[in-house]
Amino acid sequence: MSVPGEDGAATGPYTNVSASGGWTGAVRRRAVKALPPAKLLPDTQPAYMASWIYVFGVLTLSSLIVALVSGGLLALKGPGWWHVSTTGRYVNSLHLLSVQLLMFFMVIHLWGKFFMAAWRGGRALTWITGAVCFFTAIGTAFTGYLVQQNFDSQWIAGQAKDGLNAVGIGAFFNVMNFGQMLMWHIVLLPFVLGLLTAGHILLVRWRGIVPPIGATDPAAGGAAAPAARDAR
Amino acid sequence: MPDPAAFPARRYDLIKEFVIALVAVALLTAGLAAVLSSPDVRPVTLASWSRAAGPDFTATAVAELAGTSGTAEYGPPYNHTPGAAQKLGPVGLQNAAGVRIPVDTANDFVIGPLAHAPEPPGVRAALAAWAAAPVSRRQDWSKAYSDALAKSPGGDPAKVAKGDYGPVPVLTARLLDLARSGALDGELPGGGKFYETDYTRSLLFLSDGSYLESLARTEHLGGDQWGMMNETGNYPGQAWLWLFTFWYQIEPFKSSGNADALIWGVMVLLSLGLVLVPFIPGVRSIPRWTRVHRLIWRSYYRDQEAAVRAGESGR
Repeated sequence: MSVPGEDGAATGPYTNVSASGGWTGAVRRRAVKALPPAKLLPDTQPAYMASWIYVFGVLTLSSLIVALVSGGLLALKGPGWWHVSTTGRYVNSLHLLSVQLLMFFMVIHLWGKFFMAAWRGGRALTWITGAVCFFTAIGTAFTGYLVQQNFDSQWIAGQAKDGLNAVGIGAFFNVMNFGQMLMWHIVLLPFVLGLLTAGHILLVRWRGIVPPIGATDPAAGGAAAPAARDAR
Repeated sequence: MPDPAAFPARRYDLIKEFVIALVAVALLTAGLAAVLSSPDVRPVTLASWSRAAGPDFTATAVAELAGTSGTAEYGPPYNHTPGAAQKLGPVGLQNAAGVRIPVDTANDFVIGPLAHAPEPPGVRAALAAWAAAPVSRRQDWSKAYSDALAKSPGGDPAKVAKGDYGPVPVLTARLLDLARSGALDGELPGGGKFYETDYTRSLLFLSDGSYLESLARTEHLGGDQWGMMNETGNYPGQAWLWLFTFWYQIEPFKSSGNADALIWGVMVLLSLGLVLVPFIPGVRSIPRWTRVHRLIWRSYYRDQEAAVRAGESGR
């Protein structure tokens, strides 16, 4: 049996197999074309990337990792652990404060990207995944408050149910059902947040760091004259 | 839009930056956790409520029997109370979702827990009298006892004036005893089951009383205080919900019977707006108008302007 090569010529069974590979090969070729190793893990960046605002993206990711690790420990030990253990209380504090830092860094990152109009140049999906990450993080943090098993959980559940019930969500997403909220908090929402974050980062690597507003192609000898539709 | 690769490049170590950021954030978190810790106010139990505020517990139990409590008159997803569901303009999503978590307050909160426990003869007779009575009679007894409790000094059941309350005083007094013993905390959510992770009934019952809210107000958690934005103690809590809670403080939402549905509608619209910023004319141009980007890329613009000046002087 022969396999057609990329040039369409028939080849032997063990020759030139990397050029085909069916669906897997097609996905691999597409992925490598979009994100070659040097683009995926770059060791240079455009010189215009020279501002502290760029740090807040990686700080957000770092806080997310600290939140996932500390939350994973809490989940492993069970939701009642931190009420009866000094170590558990400290791990819970790590989790709470990493989430506070995550939200703080993410909001600054979001404002920074807004004022950079970072959606320009085919980067709208990067903005959209980032904004959806923000809302998913809010949902994840909110369900975290519901599963603390303390007064805050009781009060927040009682207050939140009215808004959710008023638009029909409460019938399916019951904030007073501890088991259901624990599943959302430690499984579903972190999974979605992880996927969105990975997609967001890959989009950033794929499209590259957005050029300054009004920048023209240096090779064309352009200066700072704004392009007509550039700030959109 | 020029390709970023077309611009002059500088050295950049992605992995090094990530590792440094991760270590810095981990250390910052560890330090903040050591200094600030985290709040952990113990939950209110049915036992602690009934011991600390017996009259409030009894008044709430009577309202559950009478069908006049907040939960009894809530509407979907708990019951079919006519006209209770909120609407968003002509759209009634609360009704559309239906009664998915049915709650019968008299049976689920009072009669059921009593019927499941081994009771003295007097309570068994009271349960039988309640079961044999038509609904209108039950409501008359409950309402009469509720009114009498409201008039008694401190809402004390022991000081209630004589009247026709049927078995209601016996039932609610026994429920108070069960609650004070701690037995009701296990009975109400589980209904006799071994495993239980759903606290809907317990929380609804608690929320129908005024004790939970009084504790929340002393922690500055009332809707007109910090609401669910704050945490117990001096902690920031869910500060990111500020915009959601903001709408409850202003008209027309503040006085609307549909405030929850309206505010959800507003927040969905605003959230969609944030997601779709790149496509909204005007909003997507704000960065160009505000010129904050001139600060972010100040070195780039400075170099560009210097190059332009050099070009002009060289002509």
